[in-house]
Amino acid sequence: MTVHLACHDVTVRVRGRAAPVLDGVSLTATPGQVTGLLGPNGSGKSTLLHVLAGTLAPQHGRVLLGDHPLADVPRRERARTLAVMEQSSDADTDLAVADVVALGRLPHRGRLTPPGPDDDAACDRALAAVGMSGTQHRRWRTLSGGERQRVHAARALAQEPAVLLLDEPTNHLDVQHQHELLALLRGTGLTVVVVLHDLALAARYCDRLTVLHEGRVHAAGTTRDVLTPGTLRTVFGVEAAVTGGEDGEGVRVEVLGAAHRPTPPTVTP
Amino acid sequence: MTTSSSRSADLLRPVGATAGAALLLLAVAAAAVAAVTAGGGVGWAETARSVGSHLGLPVEPLPPLLDSVVWDLRVPRVLLAAVAGAGLATCGVVLQAVTRNALAEPYLLGISSGASTGAVLVLVTGLGAGSVSLAGGALVGGLLAFGLVLLLLGRRAASTGRLVLTGVVVGQLFAALTSLVLLGWGDADAARGLTSWLTGSLAAARWPAVALCAAVTAVALVALRLIAADLDAFAFGARTAHSLGVPVTAVRTTALVATAAVTAVVVSSVGAIGFVGLIVPHAVRALAGPLHRRLLPLSALGGAVFLVLADTVARTALAPRQIPAGVVTALLGVPAFLVVLHRRERA
Repeated sequence: MTVHLACHDVTVRVRGRAAPVLDGVSLTATPGQVTGLLGPNGSGKSTLLHVLAGTLAPQHGRVLLGDHPLADVPRRERARTLAVMEQSSDADTDLAVADVVALGRLPHRGRLTPPGPDDDAACDRALAAVGMSGTQHRRWRTLSGGERQRVHAARALAQEPAVLLLDEPTNHLDVQHQHELLALLRGTGLTVVVVLHDLALAARYCDRLTVLHEGRVHAAGTTRDVLTPGTLRTVFGVEAAVTGGEDGEGVRVEVLGAAHRPTPPTVTP
Repeated sequence: MTTSSSRSADLLRPVGATAGAALLLLAVAAAAVAAVTAGGGVGWAETARSVGSHLGLPVEPLPPLLDSVVWDLRVPRVLLAAVAGAGLATCGVVLQAVTRNALAEPYLLGISSGASTGAVLVLVTGLGAGSVSLAGGALVGGLLAFGLVLLLLGRRAASTGRLVLTGVVVGQLFAALTSLVLLGWGDADAARGLTSWLTGSLAAARWPAVALCAAVTAVALVALRLIAADLDAFAFGARTAHSLGVPVTAVRTTALVATAAVTAVVVSSVGAIGFVGLIVPHAVRALAGPLHRRLLPLSALGGAVFLVLADTVARTALAPRQIPAGVVTALLGVPAFLVVLHRRERA
């Protein structure tokens, strides 16, 4: 099953802030492609992800899951189609790894039906995909930050969704697992939208990018077209060298240093 | 792969069933012991004869006075302890799940104090003194206290210190209101009842209260069983629960209404007995894991056993004096509170 996820002209305002958090943002995520959301802190990346996940209703604009407005899709059907991996989704719990991953099967099960063989198989596949097979009995409390992150990824995969949204999934991961997770996302063939902080990872693994700057789309398109030294300088304030990107080769970004900013005028008393 | 992949649910299911059966036996045994350890020339034989004759078994009934002691005083007291314990432990489980806070419990959150105030107001103003009208007053008071706690907390219910402090402050407010109403407007009898409303006692247990508490707790347990899996999903917060297709608002409403209703009927029958909702769910979690489809029924059974035993101790430890059951649960509950707090701070 392949499903598009798109939003059109989305505006989100919060009380107490004059400028909108998101201002007329549009985005289309296509099946089989990893769409990256980039932008400095406070540019509205996580807010956009919440809008796409249906956890935040925009004041203006619409979100489409396939051909249907997201808000009209019944809860359980939405959860079977679209899975979300939150950024800071921690818990003070004794749940075992298997229990957490099994939460991903909730939208596939009846209210009083215990997990069946299909559910077990989906959970095992998901754990194997993130390299956490054999950890089923470990308690949440005993996991490291990176392991928790991978279990959450497995929980989202266990939902067997067509669309996967991830908010900085590589945050607590060591380098090897960062690359493994993003390579895994590329290989799933799902519609993937991922918020990333790391420019080099975004360049290497995303097919398309949307760069947010102060709540607006600054640039959107293929990774090669979006990641230009000019964009990196304006939005992120860094000087960077961008290479590759021809013949299906991954784009490489090397950050050389902070961009020169105009010195603030000296105030003389 | 398939052999190593058994879910923890499979591993723990026999533990859950065994623990359930063991707890049920323990509950019956505790009830029997509790019923006959009251002294006064009533032993196993007399208790069995009284209960048997009332259940229609072919046994010789006791003389009316003795029968009344067993059937009208002791049996309802034991049953009320069991039902109230089950209800309070269930409330603890649910509050801990929806606030995502290991220390949430009806007494510590001030809900029990609010319910006491409501019940006492009904009693003193003479709106009626039947079980149902008392419970109605308690329900309003409990909801008010709970609402106040949630209002003061805002979105920070998962913060341990804030939750506990807010609960304690709201609890103190309603305890003061209860004292004010009883001492300011109540008669001498009402004033003497002050301790039992503030610390909780089973001394006044009667059949109508048993029936009311049993009915409300049973309905609440059925409703909560329906949302057990949803409560599991709350472990990672409302947003994650929402993304898993959980009807967050409906689940929260069910949980809060069930908790307030059970707390209200229990408090209007026995006063504010604390810490049952803290001690029992944590003990059961350690035994059978945190999944709510097991945690809810096992905590209900565990709560029944716990309060029956606590009340037996309360009646017999300083006999012929009786101490309120709430004193015993608090003496055990405070160390339990500290253990949970310590574990949480270390995590």
